[in-house]
Amino acid sequence: MVTALSRLALRQPATLDEALRLLRDEGPLVPLAGCTDVYVGFHFGTVAARRFLDLQALDELRGIRRRGETLVIGALATYTDIIRSPLVRRRLPVLVEASRQVGSAQIQNRGTLGGNIANASPAGDTLPVLAVAEATVVLLSAAGERRVPFGSFYTGYRRTVMRPDELIAAVEVPPVEGRQWFRKVGTRAAQAISKVVMAAVRAPHPRIALGSVAPTVVRLPRTEAALADGGSLADAQAALLDEIQPIDDLRSTAAYRRRVSANLLAQFWSETAG
Amino acid sequence: MRFVLNGRRTDLDAPPLKRLLDVLREDCGLAGTKEGCGEGECGACTVLVDGAPVNSCLVPFAHVRGREVTTIEGLRGRLPEALVRGGGTQCGICTPGILMAASALGPRPTAARVREALAGNLCRCTGYAGIVRALAGSRSAPRPRVRSAR
Repeated sequence: MVTALSRLALRQPATLDEALRLLRDEGPLVPLAGCTDVYVGFHFGTVAARRFLDLQALDELRGIRRRGETLVIGALATYTDIIRSPLVRRRLPVLVEASRQVGSAQIQNRGTLGGNIANASPAGDTLPVLAVAEATVVLLSAAGERRVPFGSFYTGYRRTVMRPDELIAAVEVPPVEGRQWFRKVGTRAAQAISKVVMAAVRAPHPRIALGSVAPTVVRLPRTEAALADGGSLADAQAALLDEIQPIDDLRSTAAYRRRVSANLLAQFWSETAG
Repeated sequence: MRFVLNGRRTDLDAPPLKRLLDVLREDCGLAGTKEGCGEGECGACTVLVDGAPVNSCLVPFAHVRGREVTTIEGLRGRLPEALVRGGGTQCGICTPGILMAASALGPRPTAARVREALAGNLCRCTGYAGIVRALAGSRSAPRPRVRSAR
């Protein structure tokens, strides 16, 4: 443990209103939810922030519910909450699949969907799912609510449109038509950060998103268009290879990621045929 | 700050962001919970919070306010005996975490469920086969009578 935790400050608001006021008047404060990313940063001494905001008491940000045709997942919903939710299982089964492959049971019991989004890692397991589901991120601040389409939430590597006075309140998912598909490729089945992660929907206009192959999670519009126009799989794979920019890092190589991404597209296409 | 530790009401003063792992070992004197990696990969520090396994190296003390924490010292039932009899332990560093993660399974889990529940618990000695064999089909709840070992 590199970071001296006893010297850090923690604000513990009892209500959402209080939390938003603190963010406005006493920021910058880094929100803490499941802590599964932040504490790894503490361990390695890579967290520069010294002042934190505990979201634990904010029950307004919990819960998974339906509002009309929309599935609303509170930012503090844990992976375990998602896995156990009959509503998510019925409406967005690929989010359940993605959540089951995050870390381990211990991590799934603590990590939250809002945290996965805010952490803004290009390897976040749930992010390709939210991309193909065309989810909306609901942001709250003392100034009011802002709704951001998931596709425009990330602006670059680990960068988002969020302001320092905003919190992620929830994710809204409209009904998804078509067959959903998800695959994570890592070093082992559990406790692995993805080398490549893909979510897709088989519909007249297919939707495809990939993680770990670019600075942010990416949708692949030209690959999707190639498949929608009845193009060959080879054409679609060529488009895909043109649309991703993977790098070499400690988990994998760019060449491996390119090969696997093209293979995953073929697997998606054949497994969802007919 | 008040919480319940191994069934006992506890009131303890510690920095809110101090790791639950360190509070247990340093402030509560419960050294059964081990630190392995310190980054949520190995599961050696697994404890239960309100019955759910978590990595105590990633939990701030503030997050157990009003909650029930169970450590290896508070584990009831026959799982430890099952693990010993089945040859599921060698050096012992991962063992408390293995037992806490397994204790969240219902009685008589299948081997597949044991493997899934223990996916976040690394053991560098046993190769896992003994652990899974010992815990699959075991009872996690206390039995009324204790059989003597043959």
